Formats: sequence, C-alpha cells, structure tokens
Amino acid sequence: MIEFFEIGLYQRAFIAAVIIGFVNGYTSAFVLLHRSPLKLAAFSHSLLPGVAIAAYFFSLTVVTAFLGALVAAVIIGVLTVLLSRLSKINDETVLAVLYTGAFAIGIIVLNQLGSNQELEDWLLGNIIALSDLDLKMSFGVGIIAVTVLTLFRRALVANLFDPEVAASLGIRTRLLDYVSFVILILVLITTLQAVGCVLAVGLIVAPAAIARSFVSTPNALFPLSAMVGAAGAAIGLLASYHFDQPAGSSITVVLATAFLLSVLVKSRRKL
Amino acid sequence: MSHQHHQLELSNVGFSYGSKKALQDVRFSSHCGQRLALLGPNGAGKSTLIRLLASLLKLQEGNILWRGAPLAQARREVAYLPQVDQHQKNFPLRVRDIIEMGRFPHLGHFKRFRKIDQEKCEAALATMQLEDIADRQIDQLSGGQQQRTYIARALAQEAHVLLLDEPFNGLDIESRCHLAANLIELSNSGHLIIASHHQLESVTDIFTHALVLDQKQVCFGEATSVMESPEVKETLHACHPLHSHPVTDPTKTNCCS
Repeated sequence: MIEFFEIGLYQRAFIAAVIIGFVNGYTSAFVLLHRSPLKLAAFSHSLLPGVAIAAYFFSLTVVTAFLGALVAAVIIGVLTVLLSRLSKINDETVLAVLYTGAFAIGIIVLNQLGSNQELEDWLLGNIIALSDLDLKMSFGVGIIAVTVLTLFRRALVANLFDPEVAASLGIRTRLLDYVSFVILILVLITTLQAVGCVLAVGLIVAPAAIARSFVSTPNALFPLSAMVGAAGAAIGLLASYHFDQPAGSSITVVLATAFLLSVLVKSRRKL
Repeated sequence: MSHQHHQLELSNVGFSYGSKKALQDVRFSSHCGQRLALLGPNGAGKSTLIRLLASLLKLQEGNILWRGAPLAQARREVAYLPQVDQHQKNFPLRVRDIIEMGRFPHLGHFKRFRKIDQEKCEAALATMQLEDIADRQIDQLSGGQQQRTYIARALAQEAHVLLLDEPFNGLDIESRCHLAANLIELSNSGHLIIASHHQLESVTDIFTHALVLDQKQVCFGEATSVMESPEVKETLHACHPLHSHPVTDPTKTNCCS
C-alpha cells in the first residue's frame, strides 16, 4: 500500500480518481432524477468524433478536445430533435442511429491518426496518463458542476419532479435544461480522458443508483452519491494496481458490484 | 385571509396553437371567495385557459387582470395544481419537500430557507391535516392525499388563486368528499378556486360559479343558473355522456356527513 502512494504517477491518478469519482457521483444524482442514463450513454459515445476531428485538424490539447466534444454533442442533440420531427420517428431511435454513426466516424478518424494506443485511450481511458493540466481541468470542471448543481438544486429538483409546476412557480425551466445539459457534457468530457467514453457512463450513473437504496430525499442523494463515486473510484484504482488490471474497468466493476450489493441489502431489509 | 375583494378579470382572451384556434373571446370576472368550475367537452379549451392563468402559456389575445394589473406580474399569487399522476414516478420526495417547493417564489434560487418559511410550511401541513404523513414519500400516497399535498403547497406559496386541473379525476368517493370540503373551506377563507371539472352532477354542490367553454365562451354565471340554461345543457350533454353516470354528489354521501 505504501508502495502505491510512493509512485508519483499513481499518486496523481489516485487524486484524479477521487476528484472524478466525486464529481461524477454528485452529477449522477441529477442523471438519476432526470432519468436520462441511456441518452447520456449515447451522448458520451457521440463525443468521440468531436475529439478525434479536433485532434486531426488541430493538435490535441485539453482545450481542443473540450471544444470538439462540445460541438459534437450540440450537433448530435440538434440533429436528433430535427430528424425526429422530420421523420416522425421517436427521438431515442434517431439518437441511437446518430450516436453509433458518430462513434464509427470517431473510430475511423482516430484510425487515420495512426495510433492504436490513442484510440484505446479514448475508448477505455487512461487515468495513469493524465497530465497535470488534465487534473486541473477535472478539478475546475468539478468545482463548476458541484457549485451549479448545489446552488440551483431547489429549482432543478422542482423542474425534474414536474416541469409545469416548476414553470408556474416562476422557474425558468428551459434555461435550467440548457445549463444542466452543458454541465453534463463538461463532466463527461473530463471523465472521458480518465475512463474512456464507454465506461464514463457507468461512473456518471452508478453512484446515485447505489445511493438511492439508502436515501429518500434529493438533499441526501447528491452528497451520498458523490461519496460513493469517490470511494468507488479510489477502491477501483487500488484494485487495478493490486490485480494489474486497467483502471477504468476496475472502477466500473467496483461500482457495478456495489450497485448489486446495495439492491440486495435493500431487498433484505424489506423482507 | 383578507383578500375578499381581489378581482380576476378576463377580457377577449384568445389562444391558438399554430393555426388552430383553441380559445377565443373569453371574458368574465371573478373574485376571491368564489369557486369557479370550468366545464366543456374534451378540447373545449379548459386546460388552455388554466395554463394561460398559470402563465404557462403566453397570452396572445385579450387581457387577464388580477387586482387591476396584468396577472403575469403576480405569479406568486397564483398556484397551479396539476392532475395527481402528472409528476415523475418514484421520485425521492416527501410530502414535506413538495410543500416546501411552494416557498420558491418567495426565496428564489439563493435565499436560505428561513424560520418564516418553515412556519408557513408547518401551517400548510396542519391546515391540510398532513402532519402524520409529512415524511412519507409522494408515491406512497393515495390520490386524495396527493391532492391535499398539492393544496398545502399552494398554501405555503401564500397563493390567492388556486388553479386545479381535473382535481376530482381518479379519486374514490371518500377522497372526492374530502376534497370538495377542502375547496369550500379554502374559498370561505378567501381563496379563489378555479378548477376544470367533468362531473356535471356535482357542479352546483361544489362550485359557486361555472364557465362553459367550447373553444369559445358559451356561458358564465352562478353555477345553479348556468347548469339550468338550455344552451349549456345542449353543449355539455351533447358531448358528455357523463350525465348518465351514477350521482357522485359529495354533499349527499355519508362520508361528508
């Protein structure tokens, strides 16, 4: 264990895991109440071509990756609404077609870049390879996400519970929807580098699903989910070191196992 | 509550969804202390009118004045109560949390929940007799209890006008009786109650006034005279097979005695 903390790279990865786990956990409470994990899964895949194209045309920096992913998410979001209206096909079906298409384009572009290792990093993440700048970026995004979700929690919860009632109370529901969408994308992008676009979904969904078994109010759900996320990411990283397995996969397995246990514990309590 | 003379005035109110006219030329005046039923067949514009009054839709034609000023400026004085099953299911909210939502117009995003807010919520809980189930999850409640929770939220909001969308739908007879009694008490204490309503037999027992819509205003007046008008009977009974249903008059059933 001492050996683990003595290695600078792992130390940084550990800090990154705790920060990313905490922020994703906190955000997962919103995702759970919003009931949008599958849409979010689609979005996380559709960020890939944005990052890949940004890397293809510009050099790959945190900022270009960020902007590329944001543009991709907005394009997919707008196209989904437009095509769904034009085709009269429901938006989830349209989103499923678009995100797999976008994901495929992302893989082709990354292939053109020539490095298979890089492709694997974006798909599955590489928390050990995070730079200091990546870490600062995660920290900055984390502060923004947690602050916004805390300051506007009262309105967010009312809007998620019943948007019409929220609007009648004077809450600007559409603006709130846009703000929360941007927050979700920002958190996803910083998570992408750590655990990849496939496993990022687990990190931004599982913590609240675990915490939900033990709490009955949003005010408790947000902080508990954050703690579960941080603990899950930390334990996952330690396990990855111990068993010499990929970090992103270990974190996701830990969270999925904790979810199964939480459901078992809750159902045993009921019996 | 001392708002007996607060006046709600609608003149030439109209609304269209795209090119489809949903409502036109609605004009009536009502005030606190009254209970107004919105009647009419499906698609008559009842929900549209409620949404206009709740400022969920932007007024396109005419004026809606509350105490002499545009109603949209007095949002906090109007509470909108949706149908009981409209909200998201399995949402982790207790009765208490939902009532506290009513304080949003007073607190906004950033003000802390104060002692006065706590007191208003406790008073609303007590008025609607919800103290025993204050910590229960919303989805564990019956339809009647949910409806009472929403009314308590409106009380915590300190709203003068309560807009209810089909409040008696999906309730058992006992809950209907309680709700009718609650609405009568609320208007007696000075609130203006406006509710869309389908059960024609109970209109005169629950409501003091009635507005009949059929994409335009058909009739407005005291509930008893409106319900006896031949024109109204024609509009409502032609479209409502409900008049042949068993009588569910809340004041004439045992549970209200």
